[in-house]
Amino acid sequence: MDTIQVSTMSSHRPVTAYKSSIGMKLLMGITGFTFIGFVTGHMIGNLQVFLGPEKLNAYAHTLQSLGALLWIIRLSLFTFFAVHIFFGIKLWLENKASRPIPYVKEVNVESTFSSRIMIWSGLAMFSFVVYHLLHFTLIVTNPEYAVLKENLDVYSMMVVGFSNYWISAVYVVAMIFLSLHVNHAVFSMFQTFGLTNAKWIPLLRRIGNLYAILILVGYVSMPIAVLLNIITLH
Amino acid sequence: MNLTLYVWRQKNADDKGRMETYAAKNISTHMSFLEMLDVVNEDLIEQGIEPIAFDHDCREGICGMCSLVVNGRPHGPEKATTICQLHMRHFKEGDKIYIEPWRAKAFAVVKDLVVDRSALDRIMAAGGFVSVNTGGVPDGNSIPISKVDADTAMDAAACIGCGACVASCKNASAMLFVAAKVSQFASLPQGKVEASRRVRAMIDQMDVEGFGNCTNFQECEAACPKEISIKFIAKMNREYLKSSVAPSKG
Ligand code: HEM
Ligand code: SF4
Ligand code: FES
Repeated sequence: MDTIQVSTMSSHRPVTAYKSSIGMKLLMGITGFTFIGFVTGHMIGNLQVFLGPEKLNAYAHTLQSLGALLWIIRLSLFTFFAVHIFFGIKLWLENKASRPIPYVKEVNVESTFSSRIMIWSGLAMFSFVVYHLLHFTLIVTNPEYAVLKENLDVYSMMVVGFSNYWISAVYVVAMIFLSLHVNHAVFSMFQTFGLTNAKWIPLLRRIGNLYAILILVGYVSMPIAVLLNIITLH
Repeated sequence: MNLTLYVWRQKNADDKGRMETYAAKNISTHMSFLEMLDVVNEDLIEQGIEPIAFDHDCREGICGMCSLVVNGRPHGPEKATTICQLHMRHFKEGDKIYIEPWRAKAFAVVKDLVVDRSALDRIMAAGGFVSVNTGGVPDGNSIPISKVDADTAMDAAACIGCGACVASCKNASAMLFVAAKVSQFASLPQGKVEASRRVRAMIDQMDVEGFGNCTNFQECEAACPKEISIKFIAKMNREYLKSSVAPSKG
């Protein structure tokens, strides 16, 4: 017989919160919450492409002029991203290990498709973020944008970029994964933070669905508008 | 009614186990699912086959012993019904029924459909109690408790500790069970005294036992025969957060 450790209230062995399952979930939730903020802000900022090159490029200049603050935001996001991915993978591995023998007959009753593929939508987004940075931020994949980047002509970069069917397709697919991820993440994060009750659980699920649709439509509208020549080079 | 059963058979914890097919003949719709298995077992004994081992005790939905995953659903397809209370009228002639044990690393199969759920007992031993010093019997109603709090505690206390929540969870997480127990105490003044130490002790034990983490799938709530709401998981998360940020000495 294995000896199993039993902790009791009086002989309590303090486990550091971040090592506990709820602690790890809290870290997922806190980091995820900042990404939701970022994803929302990034979308609203970029949607200014519909207002013409002056607006969007002025916005790019404003961001650029933040200087040190921009770097603080970037580094925090980067750190949070690393934490989110690390614990996302750790939780997923632990969860898989918790049921070594699967059911012969496996059914889903309440769980949503998006909740079951969190790790895959997450990893898909990770690959996309790497590509996105190489594409628009570091200008590695398409060196021909270098001049536009130097002039901070974000508008032209977007139009030139999305004029390529393949590039547009990558962005659209990535945004579908993002949408699926947040579809579950919004509710899940509130539940993890303990900010729900019987009334708010179904409501937050709805809000999550709505948010996922808004994010999808908002982001995908940009490559589509370029491909349909609604947004063109000036 | 005649049915085909696909049943998990496993001699002991070391056996690999496999699905076996049996015919369930002349089953009355008035039988409970467990009575149907009793009939099949009589048949198996006559054929010289070892009867199917399964857990049960009260057979009236209160003890939490019965534990069968029927067609992929812990306690079968009916809402708010333990498998001992499920009647065969919910099935029809010719149905194929898969019967499997609770599947979780923390619940080792003892034999066939019987699993070892003592991990849940150890979580209770870690903090699922209120420390009471012996002495005179306290006066009834000496501690006023609001109806709302009493109802919340009663809703949580409806948990019979069957483990269907673990069995239904994609991650084999015990969060609903632990949340029900934590909330039952945390909702009452008697339990609040130790609430902070309790939630940490119970969660730590849950983690040590090898249950998975909660992804908020909500499968547990659908499988729970006592309809324990996942709002208690949120409550437990709040209790845990409080306890981590400002641990009380109580
Ligand atoms: C590399 C990219 C990513 C990976 C690998 C990833 C992975 C995951 C996984 C596996 C979960 C579920 C954890 C669990 O419940 O067990 C999760 C939750 C979550 N993710 Fe991500 N994710 C990624 C990116 C993002 C992004 C970009 C956002 C924001 C838009 C985000 C927001 C969230 C939120 C809010 C949660 C819910 C946390 C909770 O339940 O408390 N994630 N992520
Ligand atoms: S919460 Fe429901 S499913 Fe889980 S052990 Fe308690 S009664 Fe069973
Ligand atoms: S046998 Fe007691 S609850 Fe089913």
